[in-house]
Amino acid sequence: MTLFRRSEVVIAAILLVAMILIGLVNPAFWQVDNLFSLLRSNVIIGIMALGVLLVMLSGGFDVSFPAFAVAAMYLTVKGMLYFGYVGVLVPFVCAILIGAACGSINAFFVWKFRMIPLIVTLGTGSMVRGFLLGVVGTSMINIDRFPPVLIDFAKAEVFTITKADGTHSGLTAMVLIYFALALGVHLMLRHTMIGRSIFALGGGAEAATRVGFDLKKTIFFIYCLAGALAGFAGMLHCSMIWLANPRDFVGTDLEVIAAVVLGGASIFGGRGSVLGTMLGVFMLVMVKNSLIIMKVDTTWQLVVVGSIIVIATAATAWRDRKRQA
Amino acid sequence: MGKHAFDVRSLINRDNNIVQLLGMVVVIMVVMTFLSPDKFLRYYNFESLTYLFPELGVLSIAMLVAMLTGGIDLSIIGIANVSAILAGLFFHHFVGREGIASGDGTGIVFLGIVLSLTIGAAAGAFNGFLITKLRVTPILATLGSGQVFTGIALVLTGGPAIVGFPVAWDWIGNGKIFGLAVPFVLFIVIALGMAFLLTRTTFGVSLQLIGTNPKAAVYAGLDKTRMIFLSYVATGMLASIAGIMLSGRTNAAKSDYGTSYLLQAVLIAVLGGTNPAGGKGTVAGVSIAVIALMLLSSGFQILRFSNHLIDFIWGAFLLLVIVINAYKNRNR
Repeated sequence: MTLFRRSEVVIAAILLVAMILIGLVNPAFWQVDNLFSLLRSNVIIGIMALGVLLVMLSGGFDVSFPAFAVAAMYLTVKGMLYFGYVGVLVPFVCAILIGAACGSINAFFVWKFRMIPLIVTLGTGSMVRGFLLGVVGTSMINIDRFPPVLIDFAKAEVFTITKADGTHSGLTAMVLIYFALALGVHLMLRHTMIGRSIFALGGGAEAATRVGFDLKKTIFFIYCLAGALAGFAGMLHCSMIWLANPRDFVGTDLEVIAAVVLGGASIFGGRGSVLGTMLGVFMLVMVKNSLIIMKVDTTWQLVVVGSIIVIATAATAWRDRKRQA
Repeated sequence: MGKHAFDVRSLINRDNNIVQLLGMVVVIMVVMTFLSPDKFLRYYNFESLTYLFPELGVLSIAMLVAMLTGGIDLSIIGIANVSAILAGLFFHHFVGREGIASGDGTGIVFLGIVLSLTIGAAAGAFNGFLITKLRVTPILATLGSGQVFTGIALVLTGGPAIVGFPVAWDWIGNGKIFGLAVPFVLFIVIALGMAFLLTRTTFGVSLQLIGTNPKAAVYAGLDKTRMIFLSYVATGMLASIAGIMLSGRTNAAKSDYGTSYLLQAVLIAVLGGTNPAGGKGTVAGVSIAVIALMLLSSGFQILRFSNHLIDFIWGAFLLLVIVINAYKNRNR
């Protein structure tokens, strides 16, 4: 039974059962297009979830990342149009830097004033969104003005399948970027000193200092990387949907947090893994997607997402208590 | 200090935070009067504020109650909306749209209020159950339950607002009593009641002790689980009162009304001297903070700042308060 002690195994088992059940209700679930589009929907939420995972591992909480993602994406696309820049690499680097810069504000307040991260990020999120909508603008950048380079970049596909009726369906190459980032974060967490210091901080700030970790460095690293991931996700998101909307990502924070908690991360910090988070993201996206396939009214989505958070957190709390006992 | 001693001097000594907040109100008044001399200092402006701020004030007191034990309640907006919506559906079901339009349903408003409060208490009890029995952290428990409540509100209405409440319900949000706005009077009654409950009863003092040092409180023989559970029930009921006020004022109820109030309620609670880690916070501080911030945002509205910029200012203010509190605690 030691296998079932690992939360990843439990989540994967639940996931498998859920997939079989959904497949029984509507066999369309197993069609290749549906699976491809499922994976595609994982990319943005997944990349953001990696950032939230880092923050949660350290015992923190972040609700500002959707605002950072929107700011990075909108400012960058605006900048590209203004300068008439054609290219892919520079905009993405730019979005990452904007995200990291916003994240450093969070880090500064969390570290310097020892303030509860939830309250800090509520403040910074509101500031960044308010600044973007109030100063930069509220108009969407639609397909007619959206930089074609970005569209072409995000159109890339790993492989395509020609179906019997002659239509093509392809798996977007963006999942590779997602998997690469996830692998990078995993290796960083498990095999580097800074990764270990994040777990140590989540286990207890005092203990981490005594062992000799530089918490200032750790906190700045966590929040800047989380911001950078959010900025990158924002940029990728607008490239994939061909639209830069400054009001985008409202309510995304809850979905991403739900996914991370679902993936077994503990809000008290020190517990959680990249693999668990990816499974959690997949589960959440799949449930939302399947509600549509199973013809459940979309108004129920919030109830479902909320219930998932409640059930997942109750289960994690129960698990944590059992381990302590 | 004697627990029942109550003179102005001891109040000031005990809580110089309140003096600072009053100072802030004065500064905001002076600056805003200076910036728009002919518009800000009008009776009309202040009168309209007495209709607007009570909702937010009650929500902030609800947040204070949750924060006293080191928790937080992110579901208050969901609770407020779902209880207002259910009351609206109740009226439509038993009186009907025509009946409401013709002025019927005054008697049934009382039942509607009881219904709203019951829903608030039930929603709060659900939060309390998650937090005390299942030991889910308050942030996540209320984040999730808030989604569920908002989701239920969305399912019940299907999206659009529920319009048309009885006249007496409307009166709670727009009426006048003794020449004062009804919501304002209601707010003062609730604030006094909560101040009494939190400082002069076993329940309130227990909450403060639990927030200051949970372990010591348990060793002192306090029933921590029950007290925290009850505090979330109280928070839920306060949220439903805010929902009644909001739906009364706008004569409508919708699943996404007042979503910006959440950040503002947290900000006001923190600004009012509440320690989010628990143990500290007064109703007086929160009440003055809500007035200060409403004056500030009304001043900016008169200056024709967009709502987005006001969001920016609220966020910046929250961070500023964190900095100020940090420096104040350093000197101590």
